[in-house]
Amino acid sequence: MRGVRWLLLKDLQILRRSPLQAVLLVAYPILIAVLVGFAISRGPGNPRVAFLNEVPAGTRINVGGQELPQANVKGRICARVDCVFVHDRDEAEAKVKSGDALAALILPANLVNKINSLSTLTPGVPEVEVMVNEENAVKAELVDDRITSLLAQANLAIARRIGSEGGRYLNLIVNGGEFHALGGTFHILGLRTTASILKAVTPALPKSLRPPLEEVSEFATQARDNLDVAKPLIDRLAQPIAVDKVVVGGESPPLEIFAIAVAATLTLAFVVVLLVAGSLALEREENAFPRLTRGLVSTGGLLGEKVLLGIAVGLLVTLLMLFGMQMFVPLELGRVWLWLIAIVAGGGALAAAGAALGAAAREVRAVSLLAFMVTLPVAFLSLVPSGAVSPTVFDLIRYFTALFPFKPALQAITAALDETGPGIGGPLLHLAILFVAYTAIARIALRRFAAV
Amino acid sequence: MRASGIVKRYGDREALRGVDLEAVPGEMVAVIGPNGAGKTTLLSILAGITKPDAGEVESANGEVGWVPQQAALYRRLTVEENLLLFARLEGHDDPRASIEEMLELTGLRERRGEVVARLSGGNQQRINIAIGLLSRPAVLLLDEPSVGLDPRQRARLWDFVSALAGRGTTVIFSTHDIQEAERYGGRLLVLADGEALFDGSPEELREAVRREAPEAADRDFETAFVAYLHHRGH
Repeated sequence: MRGVRWLLLKDLQILRRSPLQAVLLVAYPILIAVLVGFAISRGPGNPRVAFLNEVPAGTRINVGGQELPQANVKGRICARVDCVFVHDRDEAEAKVKSGDALAALILPANLVNKINSLSTLTPGVPEVEVMVNEENAVKAELVDDRITSLLAQANLAIARRIGSEGGRYLNLIVNGGEFHALGGTFHILGLRTTASILKAVTPALPKSLRPPLEEVSEFATQARDNLDVAKPLIDRLAQPIAVDKVVVGGESPPLEIFAIAVAATLTLAFVVVLLVAGSLALEREENAFPRLTRGLVSTGGLLGEKVLLGIAVGLLVTLLMLFGMQMFVPLELGRVWLWLIAIVAGGGALAAAGAALGAAAREVRAVSLLAFMVTLPVAFLSLVPSGAVSPTVFDLIRYFTALFPFKPALQAITAALDETGPGIGGPLLHLAILFVAYTAIARIALRRFAAV
Repeated sequence: MRASGIVKRYGDREALRGVDLEAVPGEMVAVIGPNGAGKTTLLSILAGITKPDAGEVESANGEVGWVPQQAALYRRLTVEENLLLFARLEGHDDPRASIEEMLELTGLRERRGEVVARLSGGNQQRINIAIGLLSRPAVLLLDEPSVGLDPRQRARLWDFVSALAGRGTTVIFSTHDIQEAERYGGRLLVLADGEALFDGSPEELREAVRREAPEAADRDFETAFVAYLHHRGH
């Protein structure tokens, strides 16, 4: 234990003597905290879309010669995106090209005429124009999703308005009332009144005329009843399928908490794995390992010192980052003791994994590269959600990532930050198992160092 | 220090085949031989770093100091920090006093605050040896200590090591430099292919050359040594 203390001091002195490493260790978490903080505190935010409306003012959608009230498509669209109103197509294109706007949405002048033609014998195809800058695949996918969603919203608004008008006419046919057209007002009798009148006059008619009149009366009654049924159907036509979301598992914390947990775990993983692996490799690169283990300190003691170093620095850096995040997103400070448990457990398992890597390579540079090559893909794979890939591939990813401490560390830190979602017990047990396994691997690998 | 019947195998290859060695206090023993002869393996077994497959090693006075071929110290720490670290790891009661003694011994008192990476190879080797001496060993094992040093640095190094032997420390060192072995080694142990071919003083080795390879007896010591090895089939 005496030796461990002096070795720990020595490693901290070396760390202090490497300004770049020391600055990176402090600057990296602060930078990540600020970037993630800004990103998540700004929220998902509406994307900026250049909006050009060429439809002449006052133009309305016309159904059966009757103009519909305005569907306020512009208002609905601009409520979902940050509309940048432009004056012409060139300006719209310039906004998209420069990246000022994610996309441009152009409602052409003939849009309403084309919509109106849908109820004629020569229907056209109403089209809106969308300009996008697909400079990268992610942006292209995002723009596609947003525009598709926006158009679905616009179509829904128009369909609802048409459905509503259709329902009004249907109501007129069933129940009767006033109808305004061609500058005049017409009284519509309605099926209900028609049936009543027919029923009332039937007894006064000769018997020979009653059956056909009763048939007409019956038809009016049936038509009224069936058209009554049709009304809600027309209402539902615009949105025939409703969503009833039922969460059956995988309770999740708020997105911003998950984002903070990912950033914190990534920081912890890289700092701890690189530091422990590099520090252990340094003992060999400096030829100090045989000298140290020749009675000055046991291999177990040396391993313990490296793990302790990783946990101490990882804890400091991750806490620094979390408190930095606190400036952007309020975290539950009453759960700090759980943060400490999660970071120490995660840091311990990651440090043991780093020690196993450090024992496998002779040089600091080689081991740093190895640590990156292992940590980065494991971190990415750990973030793949179920359903994003085929079940077989997901199972493979699940088993693979379970072999590394990143995912359980992420689960533990997520659980420590927010009480929503799964508990911390499972991930802590997982981390404990991985700690024991990697420590054993590191001890075996360290035996190779004994050979000069 | 006494080693008897040392055998070491790496797979099918025998690195050492029953090597014996004995050294008394104050004696300087040079272990010489061609590459792959087993010099480093022998020294690492004497240091207790490598376990032999057969044979025994005894050190009457206990502590054996070991100085590996490549300086085993932390280049990003200062001279003083390196010495202090190892003095603390050795469990010295007064590590500060110990490092003052070592700084005096190595002549690096003025450079105590310098980062080791900025020192010359010779000065790094002196600290390397000083760390080996921190355990106050009765026996000091040096694995090719003069490799990479210029003639002036070599001379200073050997003055330093000779002074240690003069104070009663047994020094066993390996070297490729035959002239150096002749000059500083009171005794020579010649190894070739893991076998001890000769154990005696430089003068006795010359006698052996005269007997076994007379054509090289009057040549310089290195040529004579090579002729001896050749005569012995190496």
